[in-house]
Amino acid sequence: MSEERVGVYICHCGTNIAGTVDVEDVARWAGEQPHVVVARDYKFMCSSLGQELIEKDIKEFGLTRVVVASCSPHMHEKTFRGACERAGLNPFLFEMANIREQDSWATNDRKAATQKAKALVKAAIERVIHHEPLDPLQVEINSSTLIVGGGIAGITAALELANAGYHVYLVEREPSIGGHMAQLDKTFPTLDCSACILTPKMVEVDQHPNITLLSYSEVEKVEGHLGDFTVTVRKKARHVIEDLCTGCGECERRCPKRVIDNSFEAGLGFRKAIYRPFPQAVPKYPVIDTDNCLWFQIGKCRVCERFCPTGAIDYEQQDELLEIKVGNIILATGYKLFDPRRIPQYGYGRLANVFTSLEFERMVNAAGPTGGRIVLRDGETEPKSVAIIHCVGSRDRNYNEYCSKVCCMYSLKFAHLVHERLPEAEVYNFYIDIRTPGKGYEEFYHRLLEEGTHFIRGRVAEVTDAARQPGEEGKLIVQVEDTLIGKQRRIPVDMVILSAGLEAQPDAREVAQKFGLGCDANGFFVERHPKLDPVATMTDGVFIAGTCQGPRDIPDTVAQGAAAAARIASLISQRVVQMEPVRAHIDEDLCSGCRICNDLCPYNAIVYHEDRQVSEVITALCQGCGACVAACPSGAITEAHFTDEQIMSEIEGILWDVRPQGAHEAALA
Amino acid sequence: MRYGYYPGCSLERNAIAYHQSAVAVAPQLGIELNEIDDWNCCGATEYSSIDLIPAYALIARNLALAEQQQDENGGQLVAPCSACFLNLSKADHYMAEAPDLAEKVNDALSAGGLHYDPGSIQVRHLLDVIVNDVGYDAIKAKVSKPLSGLRVAPYYGCLIVRPGYQAFDDPEYPTSLDKLMRVLGAEVVDYPLKTHCCGGHMTQISRPTALELIRRLLKNAADYEADAIVTVCPMCQLNLDAFQADVNRFFGTDFHIPVLYFTQLIGVALNISPVELGFGKEFVDARPALDKIGTGSPPTGRRRRSREKGLPMPTMSEEG
Amino acid sequence: MAETINPAQTASFMDEVVAATPGDPHLDRCLQCGTCGGSCPSGPDMDHTPRQLFAMIAAGMKEEVLRSNAPWYCVSCYYCVARCPQEVHITDLMYTLKQLAIKEGLYRESGISNAPGFSQTFIDFVENYGRSFELGLAAKYALRYQPLNAVRMAPMGLGLLRRGRMAIIPKRIKGIDQLKAILARAKALGGTA
Ligand SMILES: Cc1cc2nc3c(=O)[nH]c(=O)nc-3n(C[C@H](O)[C@H](O)[C@H](O)COP(=O)(O)OP(=O)(O)OC[C@H]3O[C@@H](n4cnc5c(N)ncnc54)[C@H](O)[C@@H]3O)c2cc1C
Ligand code: SF4
Ligand code: SF4
Repeated sequence: MSEERVGVYICHCGTNIAGTVDVEDVARWAGEQPHVVVARDYKFMCSSLGQELIEKDIKEFGLTRVVVASCSPHMHEKTFRGACERAGLNPFLFEMANIREQDSWATNDRKAATQKAKALVKAAIERVIHHEPLDPLQVEINSSTLIVGGGIAGITAALELANAGYHVYLVEREPSIGGHMAQLDKTFPTLDCSACILTPKMVEVDQHPNITLLSYSEVEKVEGHLGDFTVTVRKKARHVIEDLCTGCGECERRCPKRVIDNSFEAGLGFRKAIYRPFPQAVPKYPVIDTDNCLWFQIGKCRVCERFCPTGAIDYEQQDELLEIKVGNIILATGYKLFDPRRIPQYGYGRLANVFTSLEFERMVNAAGPTGGRIVLRDGETEPKSVAIIHCVGSRDRNYNEYCSKVCCMYSLKFAHLVHERLPEAEVYNFYIDIRTPGKGYEEFYHRLLEEGTHFIRGRVAEVTDAARQPGEEGKLIVQVEDTLIGKQRRIPVDMVILSAGLEAQPDAREVAQKFGLGCDANGFFVERHPKLDPVATMTDGVFIAGTCQGPRDIPDTVAQGAAAAARIASLISQRVVQMEPVRAHIDEDLCSGCRICNDLCPYNAIVYHEDRQVSEVITALCQGCGACVAACPSGAITEAHFTDEQIMSEIEGILWDVRPQGAHEAALA
Repeated sequence: MRYGYYPGCSLERNAIAYHQSAVAVAPQLGIELNEIDDWNCCGATEYSSIDLIPAYALIARNLALAEQQQDENGGQLVAPCSACFLNLSKADHYMAEAPDLAEKVNDALSAGGLHYDPGSIQVRHLLDVIVNDVGYDAIKAKVSKPLSGLRVAPYYGCLIVRPGYQAFDDPEYPTSLDKLMRVLGAEVVDYPLKTHCCGGHMTQISRPTALELIRRLLKNAADYEADAIVTVCPMCQLNLDAFQADVNRFFGTDFHIPVLYFTQLIGVALNISPVELGFGKEFVDARPALDKIGTGSPPTGRRRRSREKGLPMPTMSEEG
Repeated sequence: MAETINPAQTASFMDEVVAATPGDPHLDRCLQCGTCGGSCPSGPDMDHTPRQLFAMIAAGMKEEVLRSNAPWYCVSCYYCVARCPQEVHITDLMYTLKQLAIKEGLYRESGISNAPGFSQTFIDFVENYGRSFELGLAAKYALRYQPLNAVRMAPMGLGLLRRGRMAIIPKRIKGIDQLKAILARAKALGGTA
C-alpha cells in the first residue's frame, strides 16, 4: 500500500465548481497529501483533453490509483474509468469525489465549499488506496423484452423491437390495447383520424410473430436484473376461451345486462356485461365483467353461453399465472385524466351539460355513443354555444402544479370540431396562456382565431346554473375575469367542456416499487437524466416511455417509445453487458453456519451447505445490496469494492480536519 | 363533551335566537357549553382593516382567556358565529405560522398580564361540533318530530368553510349542513349558492352592492321553492332576514323566505318549544314554514333522476 | 399623460405590502390568471380587480393602488383565496391595502370613503366597551357618514329594537382596563407583522 502512486484531478466544470470552490487551492493541497504524486485542476475533466491528461499521467508518472473530483458518478464515472482502462490501469482502481452536486451547488459559501471539497477529496484518496483490481461481471442479455402498457407508447416500442427480430411480451391490463389514443376522435394539429392511424398498428401487434400479447393481464412479480429478469404475469380470467372464440360478437349482442361504460366511453355510453371495449379491439376476444354479469351476481342467465356458436364461454375459467424470462423491460403505463369532480365550482357531476374532455372525444367520435353528433346530455339538443375551459386541475397548486401540456392543443381541436359540426354555434375558449410549442401548433391556433373562436383570457372562476340576470335562465353561466379588459364577465352557454389535465396512474407508486423505480412528487416515473437520458431509469434494464414519465402528446410519446426500443436493441445486440462486480462473498473459514444471512437475502442468492455447515453466495444471483454483509455476526461476508477497510478509510479521510491534530484547529485559530 | 363557548357580540342581541336555541339543544345532544368569562368582541371584519397588531391582540385576548380557563373546556373553543370562528382560528393560525407576529401579540397581551401559546386552543364552529362530535346517528336517534314536509335551502355562507384554518367541510360545496337537515327529516334543496356571500358589512358601505348580493341568494332559494333558508351565522341571518324587505322594495321583488338558525331546526325536531328556541324574533315570519312540518312524508332516500333517454350522467360519490 | 414606471421603485412597494401582511402572502407568485377577479362577488363594483392590483403593486404603482376602491369593496368572502391556483392570500392582502390606504390618507380618494369610517366607528365601541354595540354603531356611523341612509335604515333599526334584537345601552366587559392596556401596547408596537 505504501508504494501506491495516486493522481488527483480537480475539475472546474466551467464555473459550476470553480465559481464556488477554490479549485486551485484544493489541487495544491491535494498534491501535498501522502501517496499523491500529481494533482491538477482542469477546466473540464470530462472533455477528451481532460481524459488524455489522466491517460498521459498514468503512463508518465506510473500512477497506480486515480481520483477525479468533479460531478456525480452517475454522470461520468464510466468516462473516467474508461480513461484509466485505456492507459492500462484497472478501472476499479479509480475513485470519484462529487464536489458539484454535493458541494458547490449546495452553497454559496466559498470558504466552506473549499473546505468540504478537501474533505471529499481526502476521503477518495484514502479509499482508493485500498481498492483492488476487479473484473466486471459479464451478463448475457436475454433478447426478449417485457413491455407493460399497450397504449401508443407500448405499441410503438413493441413493433420497433419485434421488427428488429426480437421477441416482445406486451402486457396490457385492459381487455384491449390502444390506450387513450383509441378513445380520441381526431388528433391535433393535422386532424387525422385517431383510429385510422392507430388501428393498423394494433392489428400489426396482434399478428406479429415476435409479439406475445397478454391482454387483460397484470405483472405480479419481477425478479432478476438487466439481461435476466423473471416476471410473473397474472392473466385474468376472461371467461372466454380464446382458442375457440372467433370474435363474432353474438354474445355481446345477446347479453341482457347493460352497464355504463366508464372506461372506454368515459362514462358517456353503455356496454354489456360481456364486452369488447370497441369493435376494432385487439385482441378480438370479449371478457365477462363479473361484477355486473347476472350469472356471477345472481346465478341466473347464461345467455352468452347459449348463443355462442363455438362454445367459447367458460364460467369456470380461472386466473392463470405465467412466468416469463426477459432481458429488458419497458414501462408504458400512461396516464389518467384528472377527475374534475374535485373542483366542485365547475359543476361536473351536478350540472348535466358539463362534460369532460374525454367525454367530448367520445361524443365527436363517429363510432361513439352519439354517432359523432354534438348534443347536450338529453341526447338530442344541439348546443348553440359551447365553453371550453382550459387548465382544469393543471397549473393549480390545489391540484397539480404542473402544466399538462396537451390541453391547450386539444382545446383548440375541440373548438375546431364544434365549428365544423355546428357552424352556427358560438365557441368560447377560456385560457390563462395559450401554449402551442410544436411543429404546426402555433399555426393551428392562428387558424382557430380565423375560424371565429372567442378567446377569453382568464381562468374560469365558476360554472353555475343560478341565473342572476335576464338571458341567463336555463343556461350554464361561466363566470370569469376577462383579464385583458380587467372586467368580470358572465357568459351564458349551453354546454361546457372541461379540459382536464393528465395525471399519473393511481397505482403508479405501486408499479414503480415493483420494478424498482422512483416516482416524482406527482407520481410520474423518474428518468435517469431529464435531458440526456429521458427513457432510461436508475434501474439498469428498466426503461420508461410515454405519459407515465410526464404529460406529453402523441408525437412525443411515439418518439419515446421508439427511443426506449432503440436503447434495448442496442443492449441486445451487445449480447453481453458488463456489470459492476459489486458482489458479496462469504469466507468459509469465518462462517459459523448460523444461517442468519440465508433468509435475509432478498434475491435468494445464498445457499447453505449442510455437509460443510457453511453458507455460500451464488455470485450470479447476488445483486450486491449488502444486507447480508451488515447482518453477519461473524464478519465473514465482504462485498467487493465495499470492504470494511475501504469504507473505514473513506470515513477517516472525510474526517481528516476534525481530528485533534488536523488542519481543523488551524482553520479555527 | 365539554367546550369553551364564545358566543360573540351578535348572539347577545341581534342573534339572540341563535344563542337561545344553541343553549336549548346543547344539553339534549350531550354538549356542555362553558361561556368564556369576560370575553371581548373579536373585531368582526373591521379591525383588520385598520391596524394589524391591535386587531390580533384583540382576538388573542379571548384565546388567552380560553387557555386560562381550559380546565373546564378541554382546550376546545366553540364559536357559533362564522366571523368569530374565522377570526379566532385565523389569529391562532398566523401566530403559529409567523413567530414574530406571535411575539408582538404576546408583548401586547403581557400589558394585560396575559399570554397565548399558538396551537393550545382548538377553535371549532358549532356546526362542526354538532355533526362531527355528536354525530348524525346520535342526532337521528333523538329526533322526535321529524321536519318532514319542510323544504330547506342550507346556506353556509363564507367564513365557516373558507379559507379553512380549521376546515371540516369542502370550501366550495360543503355537505355537512345538508346531511344534518336530512337527518332531521327535512327535504333539502341542492342550493347552488350555498357558499356565496351575503355581503357581510356591505349593507353599511354600499347598499346597492349589498342588496344585490342578498337578492341573488333569495332568488336562488325561491327558484328552488325552498320554504326556509337555514343559516349557521348571525351576519348571514341578519342580512337575509332583516334586509329582505329592503331587497323587495329596491328590486320590486316579493320574497317571503324565513331565515332560520340550524340550531332552531334541531330544536324543533327535538320537540323543544318554539319560545325556548327564540322563534318570533325573525323579520320574515317563520310560522308558515313551520306549519308545513309534518305535512309531508319523510323523503325516502335520495332523489335520483333516472334517465331512460339521453346520455348517462356522471355519478357523484355518495354523500351519505 | 404618458408616464413610464421606474423599475427601481417597484420592489419596495411590494416589500412594504408583504411586510404588513401576516405570514407569507405569496404575492410574488401571482400568475395573473384572474381567478380572484372572476370569483369576487364585488368584482363588478371594483375599479381594479384584485389581479390588477397585484400587477400594479409589482409595477410599484403605490398611489394608484392605495386610491383604489377595490379593497373597500372586498366583503371578505375568501372565495379568491380558496380558488387561487397559486395560494396567494388575497383577502389578507386586501386588509393590508386598507391599512396602508388609511396610513397614507389615500382612502378618501377611493370613492367609497365611508368604509373606513364604518370600521373606525365599530372599533371605537370595541375599544371602549370590549363589545360591539349595534345601536350606537348604527346611530353614530350613519349620522356622521351616511345621513341619508340613516333615514332609510331607521325602520329596520326599530324592527330590531322591537324584536329585542338590539340593545339600548352598550355592555362593558369587566376587564376593559386590561383590554385598553393591551390595545395601547399593540398600537405602540406598530403595524407590520
Ligand atoms: C381529451 C384528450 C385529447 C387528446 N388529444 C390529443 C391529440 O389530438 N393529439 C395528440 O398528440 N395527443 C392528444 N392527447 C394526448 C394523448 O392521449 C397521449 O399523448 C397518448 O395517448 C399517451 O399514450 P401512452 O401510451 O403514453 O398512454 P395511454 O394511452 O394512457 O396508454 C397506457 C396503457 O397502459 C395500460 N396500463 C396502465 N397501467 C398498467 C399496468 N399496471 N399494467 C398493464 N397495463 C397498464 C393502460 O390500460 C393503457 O392501455 C389527448 C389527451 C386527452 C386527454
Ligand atoms: S387568482 Fe391568484 S394567481 Fe390568479 S390572478 Fe388572482 S392572485 Fe394571481
Ligand atoms: S375575499 Fe374579497 S377580494 Fe376576495 S373574492 Fe371575496 S370579496 Fe373579492
